[in-house]
Amino acid sequence: MIEIKNVSYAIGGAKILQDINTVIPKGSVTALIGPNGAGKSSLLNLIGRIEPLQTGTIDVDGQNVTTSHSGRLARTMAFLGQHTAVASRLRVSELVAFGRWPHCHGRPGPEDHEKVADAIAQFSLRGLADRFLDELSGGQAQRAHLAMTFAQDTPWVLLDEPLNNLDMAHSRILMRKLSDLRDAGKSVVIVVHDLNQAAAWADHLVAMKHGRVVVSGAPDEVLTPDWLSALYDTEVQVLRYADRPLVLSHV
Amino acid sequence: MQARKKILIGLSLLIFILAAISVFIGVAQMDLSDPRGMMILTVSRIPRTIAALLTGSALAVAGVVMQQIVRNRFVEPGTAGTAESAALGLLAVTLIAPQASIWIKMVAASVSALIGTSIFVKMIRKLPPREVLLVPLAGIVLSGVIGAIVTWIGWQTDMMQFIATWLMTGEFSGVIAGRYELLWIAGLAAGIAFFAADRFAILGLGPEAATALGLSPRAVMRLGLAVVAVVTAMVVVSVGMIPFVGLVVPNIIARLIGDNLRAALPVTALGGGALVLACDIIGRVIVAPFEIPAGTILGVLGAGIFLWLLWRPARPSKAAAMGPTDV
Ligand SMILES: Nc1ncnc2c1ncn2[C@@H]1O[C@H](COP(=O)(O)OP(=O)(O)OP(=O)(O)O)[C@@H](O)[C@H]1O
Ligand SMILES: [Mg+2]
Repeated sequence: MIEIKNVSYAIGGAKILQDINTVIPKGSVTALIGPNGAGKSSLLNLIGRIEPLQTGTIDVDGQNVTTSHSGRLARTMAFLGQHTAVASRLRVSELVAFGRWPHCHGRPGPEDHEKVADAIAQFSLRGLADRFLDELSGGQAQRAHLAMTFAQDTPWVLLDEPLNNLDMAHSRILMRKLSDLRDAGKSVVIVVHDLNQAAAWADHLVAMKHGRVVVSGAPDEVLTPDWLSALYDTEVQVLRYADRPLVLSHV
Repeated sequence: MQARKKILIGLSLLIFILAAISVFIGVAQMDLSDPRGMMILTVSRIPRTIAALLTGSALAVAGVVMQQIVRNRFVEPGTAGTAESAALGLLAVTLIAPQASIWIKMVAASVSALIGTSIFVKMIRKLPPREVLLVPLAGIVLSGVIGAIVTWIGWQTDMMQFIATWLMTGEFSGVIAGRYELLWIAGLAAGIAFFAADRFAILGLGPEAATALGLSPRAVMRLGLAVVAVVTAMVVVSVGMIPFVGLVVPNIIARLIGDNLRAALPVTALGGGALVLACDIIGRVIVAPFEIPAGTILGVLGAGIFLWLLWRPARPSKAAAMGPTDV
């Protein structure tokens, strides 16, 4: 469980997050949704202790993200940011292997090698393992970063817009893997813009706007025409398909 | 990695040959059967060879470390204010306490190199990340400002000739046993960088990614700054700054092997050592019996290599040349 209490965040006087209080359930796939600039990435960065908290507290499975040892937190949660472009000239296999750093600190054992190989295979990167990152397409590079996050093999996985650059097939594969993680007892938090991916795969939604949580709950409760129209300031229709909400917003 | 092994063996052989040449050429003819010849060997030729190798290796490693911590390929200790700051510290001790031991001078040079480099790192944090060339430009401006302060004090105090030996062009003609040993400290600092290679490589992925993997970006940054400062200060104190090694060697090695520093750093160190030793030998033979400082040779050669690196057509790596392989 991730408990977020009284979290506010400001950058140079601009209020980015205001008094966030919410709980992200364990053992589920949670999607953060909301318009551009709502504060989704800011909140995810605070949970992932990428940025230090200013006010309030965040606990991940009872570990306070400010006071807990960062190395231990890295074995509790894996984090992939929205902007993954790196200037480093690493090979795909080397990048993925860094996902094991929190566990082996540079001295990989058989288990580490196995997890790295497994992550590389899961994201169809075997043929690209020896390539340098700067010689990959956008989607291939995104998959390499996702593989690193999966190799970290933590109870919590935080991903900021992981579907960026992925094609239709790889998007579905990724979402299915996330639900597999959930079925294996892990917990996933993602930021997504494609509400139908959220509708299809998430168990819990947190909708944000202007730095506040507007509504949270099951997809059926949140993905309603009223909530979505208010959230995005545009008219949104919601149909039902395969017993899930189907959001129509493109016309 | 097959290619890496080949490069490692090739460079080791090259260094062996260069070292042999370096030991046997020189103004004084050596006859090893006579004690005077033996003395030239142990007091001058061997220390000079070791000094060139240590300087080159340590500067190349310092270059890599600096490039990883500021995440920009176009910086090196010679163009980021580090060398000038070391000289400023050295100048300050020499003026305030002329009798100070070499150890105190060394510490002063290291500390002020550390302060100068930290200022550089703070300064570039405000720059837009996409403008990659602003970072080296900022470094050159900072070097210029600190260098101007050093020069001004140097003129006022009649110390210009010392400053010239520290900053203008490093050379090894003055190296004899007992006067180059500080360079081992530079080598040691570079060795520490090797043990923290993974940490520097992870920091190169950005502070976000480093934090997510449980590292403290600030701590790794501090370690990196210390390595860069100590290496540069030792080089400035003992032989004088040598340009371009920290720039061209890391860039070539990154092209060939990549930024997995654990694999790349040993190769970088060998490459730097070979380059500086080769330049020292060239400087000794082309105008014999006179000498051109290794730093001057590198100034010309390094600039050439660097321009070639910038303008050379891009070639895909071997793995990429095999074509798309999503499996
Ligand atoms: N470094 C910064 N300095 C100032 N303001 C910032 C900074 N980073 C983000 N902001 C502002 O904070 C607000 C929230 O940004 P955030 O990145 O969290 O939004 P988001 O919900 O992730 O948006 P998106 O869907 O576009 O990724 C935005 O208004 C943004 O302009
Ligand atoms: Mg965002």
